[in-house]
Amino acid sequence: MELTGAQALIKSLEQQGVDVIFGLPGGAILPVYDPLIDSTIRHILVRHEQGAGHMAEGYALATGRPGVAMVTSGPGATNIVTPIANAHMDSTPLVVITGQVASGSIGTDAFQECDITGITSGITKHNFLVSSAAELPRVIAAAFHLATTGRPGPVLVDVPKDIAQSTMEWWWPSTIEELDLPGYRPSSPIDESAVENAVALLATAERPVLYVGGGTLKARATAELLAFAERTGIPVVTTLMARGAFPDSHPQHLGMPGMHGFYAAVAAMQRSDLLISLGARFDDRVTGRLDGFAPDAKVIHIDIDRAEINKVRRADVALVGDVREMLTALDAAGAMPGSLDAWWRQIHEWQRDFPLTYDEPSTDGPLRPQAVIEAIARTAAPGTIVASGVGQHQMWAAQHWKYEEPGTWINSGGAGTMGFGVPAAIGAKVGRPDRTVWTIDGDGCFQMTAQELVTARAEGIPIKVAILNNAYLGMVRQWQEMFYDERYSEVYLSPDLPDYVKWAEAMGCVGLRATTLDEVDAVIAEANAINDVPVVIDFRTDAAEKVFPMVPSGASNDDILVHPRQRGGRA
Amino acid sequence: MSATPEPYVGPTTTSPVTHHILSVLVENKAGVLARIAGLFARRGFNIYSLAVAPAEGHARFSRITIVVDAETTPLEQIVGQLDKLVNVVAITDLAPRDAIERELLLATVPLTDENRSAVLDAVASAGASIVDVDARAVTIMLAGTPAGCDHFERRLESFVDVELHRTGRVALSRLGTKKN
Repeated sequence: MELTGAQALIKSLEQQGVDVIFGLPGGAILPVYDPLIDSTIRHILVRHEQGAGHMAEGYALATGRPGVAMVTSGPGATNIVTPIANAHMDSTPLVVITGQVASGSIGTDAFQECDITGITSGITKHNFLVSSAAELPRVIAAAFHLATTGRPGPVLVDVPKDIAQSTMEWWWPSTIEELDLPGYRPSSPIDESAVENAVALLATAERPVLYVGGGTLKARATAELLAFAERTGIPVVTTLMARGAFPDSHPQHLGMPGMHGFYAAVAAMQRSDLLISLGARFDDRVTGRLDGFAPDAKVIHIDIDRAEINKVRRADVALVGDVREMLTALDAAGAMPGSLDAWWRQIHEWQRDFPLTYDEPSTDGPLRPQAVIEAIARTAAPGTIVASGVGQHQMWAAQHWKYEEPGTWINSGGAGTMGFGVPAAIGAKVGRPDRTVWTIDGDGCFQMTAQELVTARAEGIPIKVAILNNAYLGMVRQWQEMFYDERYSEVYLSPDLPDYVKWAEAMGCVGLRATTLDEVDAVIAEANAINDVPVVIDFRTDAAEKVFPMVPSGASNDDILVHPRQRGGRA
Repeated sequence: MSATPEPYVGPTTTSPVTHHILSVLVENKAGVLARIAGLFARRGFNIYSLAVAPAEGHARFSRITIVVDAETTPLEQIVGQLDKLVNVVAITDLAPRDAIERELLLATVPLTDENRSAVLDAVASAGASIVDVDARAVTIMLAGTPAGCDHFERRLESFVDVELHRTGRVALSRLGTKKN
C-alpha cells in the first residue's frame, strides 16, 4: 500500500493507539493536517502552541498514556519548547511532532526554519529529524517506545515538508529490534545482592521513612507501595510530584516534604536514620541546604535512572529499576524494620504540635486562599482532578487538598512553569472526561495561558477554574516581604485589571466572583452545577497571606519556619 | 597514517592525574557529536580532549575517545548521563594506569639559518619525523604519549611562528588488564 509520508505519519499514530492530538497547523506541517481529516484521531485546535504542549502533559499525567502534540516549524516549534522542558523535568511521556522546512532548504535560513532538534536536544529524552518517508513508521514507533519506557520523557519528531509529501510503501515495525535503537537499554536485571543489603539496612533501622517521588506514579506502583507501607508500618512522605501516590487520609501519611512541606514530613526526614527513596531525586526543594539534609540517614535509593544514583546524595544501597518491581522484590525478601513505636510517638508529637494551619477566615475581609481550596474540596466529587499553575496557590493546593488516588494532582514540579494550570486541566479533562477537573490557579498564571479557555469552550471541555486573585505575583511578593525588607519590586498586578468575569464571558465561559466568605460556597455550588461549559471563578484573596511552613532558600530543613502562631511554643 | 616505526614516546604518566578516558561507541548519525558536547556543556563536565573516527569495521558506528576530568565530577555521574543518550551504544572506561594512550602532533616550523640545527636537533631527540619540507619551513609529526607531545610542544615554543595542531588522544586497554 503506497502512502504519502503524511498519511504514514497519521497511520503510525493510529497504530500507537493515539486518540487525541493537541495542535495548531502551519506551513511546514500542512501536508500532515490533510490526512487528519480522514482519521479517527481527535484533534484539539489550540490557540497557542504552548497550550498544546501543556494539554498533552495534562493528558499524560491524568491517564498515564503519552500525550501527543503537533505544531508547525519555526515559531510553532519554539512555542512548544517550554512544555517540552517542563515534561523533561517531570519525566512526563510526550511525543511532539513538528513540521520542518523541506529537506533541501534546511540550513538556508528558510521562512519559518529553526533548528528545533538542536534547540531541544537538552530537554528531550531523544529527538529525531526524519530523513525519508519510509522511516516514518519506525521513527514514530521508536518515539513512543522511548517516551514511555525506562524513565519516561518527551520525544520530538521533526518532519520536513517534502518528506510528508513524498511516498512510501506502508509497513509497521513488529519487534523492538526493528526500532533500531542499539544504545537504548531501559531496564536492567534486579541486583539480588543489593536487595539483600537493603533488607539488612532496614532490619536495623529505627527511624525509617518512605520518601515517595514521582517515579512511583510513573511505575504504577501505588498498590505495591500501600501494601509495603502497611506491612512494614513505615511512615510515608509524598513529594510534590507524588501527591496521590499514597492516600492523604492514611494514618501513615505525613504529607509533603520540602520547602513548603508539612512539619512532620520535613522533621521525620531530618531525623530519619534510613530514607527509602522510591523514584525521587533529592531535589533541592526537598533537601534544602544539602549538607544539612537528613544528617543521620542512610539511603536506599530506588530509581530506574542509574544516573540519579549518587547524583545529589550518596546512596548506601542502590536499586536500579522500576519502583514496582523493586517493592515486590523487597517484599519477597521479607524486608522489615524493627519496632517503630518510639519513632511513631515522636512523629505524632510533631503532628500534634505543628499541624498545617492558617489564620481563621474573617467574615468581611479578603478571603483566605486556603479556605477557598478547602471549600472547593468539601463539595468536589470523589476522584476530582486538581491542576494548578506555579506559585503560592500551587503550594496551598498541594497542602490543603486531600489526594487519595494517582492522577488526581496535575502540576509543574521541576520546571515551575507559570501558566501550566489551565491548559493542563484541559488535557486532563480530555483524557478523563468522566472526572470533574478543577484548576486552582493564580491571577498571574491565569493571564499567561487563559486564551486556551477559548479552546475549551469551542471543543466542549468543561473545566472549572478557581483564580486565587490576590492581585500579586504572590510567591515573589512573599519572598520580597520576608527576605527583601518588604521592598516590593514589580509584583503588583491589580485585582480588577483584567476583569476576570468579563474575560471569562468573552471566551464563552461562565464567569463568577466571590469577594466575601458568605459568597464562597454559593459560587462553588453554582460552578458545580455547570457541566457543559468552562467556569471561571474570581476569588478575591488576601495578598498578605503567605505559604507556611517554609524552609528559606539555601537554609537547612532544620531551620523550617512554621506558621507565626505556632512559633511561640517552639524550643 | 604512514608506518612510522614507534620511536621514543615520552613518559607514560600523563597530566592531569585525575583524568579518565572514555571510549564511547556511538551510532554514526547526524548530530551525535553535538548531543555529546551539549551534554558535557549543560552538566558542567570538563572535556580535556576528544577524538572521533569511524569505528573498526562499521559504517553504522563511530568511536569517540573522550578524556574527562574525574576530579570535578564523579566519573559515575559522567558515565551515567552519557549512557542515557540514546545514540550511545557502549562506554568503556579506561583508567590511565590500565590504558595505552597515544596522540598525534603536527607542527610547521619556519626555518632560518639560525634555528635550522636546533629544529633538527629537537626532531631527532623527540623521535619525531619530518613529513614535509621546503626552503622556508619544515612540518614535523610526533606520535606519542600525551605527555610526550606536551614536552615536545613546550620545546617547539622556543621557535618563532610555529603552527601546531594536536589530535587529542586515542586509547586502548593495556594488555592483560580487565575492561570495565
